[in-house]
Amino acid sequence: MMLEADTITKRRKMSVLILLLSLTALVLFLTPLVGAQPLSFSDIFSFSNDSLDFKVFWKMRIPRSLVAFFAGAILAGCGMVFQAIFRNPLVCPFTLGVSAGASFGATIYIRLGLPLSLFGISGISSFAFLGALLSVFIVWKLARIKNDASIAKMLLAGLVVSYFFISLIMFIQYTSDLYQSMRITRWLMGGLFVYGYQPVYDILPFVLIACIGIWRYTHELNLLTTGEELAISRGVDVRRTVKVLFVLTSLIVGGVVSACGPISFVGIIAPHICRLLIGSDHRYLAPATFLFGGLFLTVCDTMARTVVAPAEIPVGVITALIGGPFFLWLMQRCFRG
Amino acid sequence: MSETAIDINQFFFGYGNKKVLFDVGLAVPAGQYVAMIGPNGVGKSTLLKSINRIVKGQEGSIRLFGKELAAYSQKELGRLIGYVPQYHEQSFAYTVFEFVLMARYPYFDALRPPSEEDEKKVHEMLALIGLGDFKDRRVHQISGGERQKVYIAAALAQEPRVLLLDEPTAHLDPRYHAEIQQLISKVSRNLGLTVLHVTHDLNHIFSWSQKVIALKNGRVLMQGTPQEVLTPKNLESIFDTRFIFIPHPQTRQPIIVPEMS
Repeated sequence: MMLEADTITKRRKMSVLILLLSLTALVLFLTPLVGAQPLSFSDIFSFSNDSLDFKVFWKMRIPRSLVAFFAGAILAGCGMVFQAIFRNPLVCPFTLGVSAGASFGATIYIRLGLPLSLFGISGISSFAFLGALLSVFIVWKLARIKNDASIAKMLLAGLVVSYFFISLIMFIQYTSDLYQSMRITRWLMGGLFVYGYQPVYDILPFVLIACIGIWRYTHELNLLTTGEELAISRGVDVRRTVKVLFVLTSLIVGGVVSACGPISFVGIIAPHICRLLIGSDHRYLAPATFLFGGLFLTVCDTMARTVVAPAEIPVGVITALIGGPFFLWLMQRCFRG
Repeated sequence: MSETAIDINQFFFGYGNKKVLFDVGLAVPAGQYVAMIGPNGVGKSTLLKSINRIVKGQEGSIRLFGKELAAYSQKELGRLIGYVPQYHEQSFAYTVFEFVLMARYPYFDALRPPSEEDEKKVHEMLALIGLGDFKDRRVHQISGGERQKVYIAAALAQEPRVLLLDEPTAHLDPRYHAEIQQLISKVSRNLGLTVLHVTHDLNHIFSWSQKVIALKNGRVLMQGTPQEVLTPKNLESIFDTRFIFIPHPQTRQPIIVPEMS
């Protein structure tokens, strides 16, 4: 199968989706079997709480794979939305300051050494979420100077806010002691530490909002990628649509980042590869991107916890190691043609 | 007297403090093919974009078929007006069919996929424009001329009553330029569309338009039939340069060329 065919038929789109679905089922079942501790099949399905293998498989690895899958799916889906809004394949929510804002919130929390939690959610997540909200708010305000939130202005505002928060993080790190500084650095690398199903339930609302929200706007996303003017001429209320999508995706990404740390590049890699496989029609691209992003992060996370087992590499390091070169390749492609 | 499709009165527009259009007043009768001419940067494109609210005017009134522009939702405008921009680069890879189907947006229900009816309309328009064989090709991989036809097919798929054309044949080679111009005038006549066409191609105006509107410095300088507006004296005052009229050796219609200094 050629990576980028001249023609994309409906049949091809359906086969890609079915392929991704089967891979998802396979990966979600197989990755929990892999790990530092080899598991025996009979113990896994013994359904006895005395068995260690049973607990490791059902209470640690399955929920962890699920969280990785959901986080990857959301990050990829939101990346796809931002790329459509900004008509630029190199954009993701991170370029717009959400991740920097969340990281800033988490950094403050660690620096202050606060042990509090809000509504039963861990303190660091709440702070990260608030940081993400703050950055969204500032970007929105900056971009709305003169009451006209043009897309180019938003992009610039996002970059400015990102750099501003990153500088603040560096400043806070500089004033921290060694232990706090280590913790901050570790958080900034991103990672999934899951035990039991609570983290799965925590992330589930965001998954639902993302699925429903993005599905509701697939037609508008299609038209937005053809340009603001053309989208308006076809009847899209662009100003309203962009506003809704921007706030919606920022909130969802804020939620994920606050749970897993700033895991980079998933939001760029997944939508781009899916666009090559299935084309740019968001009715097919959206589900494909969700699945691919989920698969990608689940596999990366499995690598993260097996490559140097029994120790773990932060999954953000793995995605960045794969994502960095991929980003360069993508940039070259963009500039070539 | 026939119905007026586009009726603009005392219309003003500016980007920030820079005023672009001043006290514009013009009328486009329903079913007519109207050309809009004028030097670069006088606000022709801006005026066109004000009509389907790509940009929002500041003062004055625009009425479409007797109803104020503000009374139309954007989706209603999408069903009323098709818009073809200048040729431009396409960064995302849609197939021709997908791209034209997307133009049916004003007829979509939010959560339902496009209906059979929508797909039928797309096939119909692709056949009408002669793009049937290009259905599954990607828009960014076909030639500029074919791509411009795709944009026209998409605008027509909106089943509009009005077509706004912003130099759709600029940047095309002479063959496509003539072919697409003919295609537009033929199709718009057959479908009974009202057309407002921004153009720099003075020579073709005689053969396809019933009315010419000339803009200069953000104001309407004159409007009338091609015979009334396209005279050497008028053209000089519009473009600040002198023109000569020569009869075409075959058709005897005038050919307009700038005078050499």
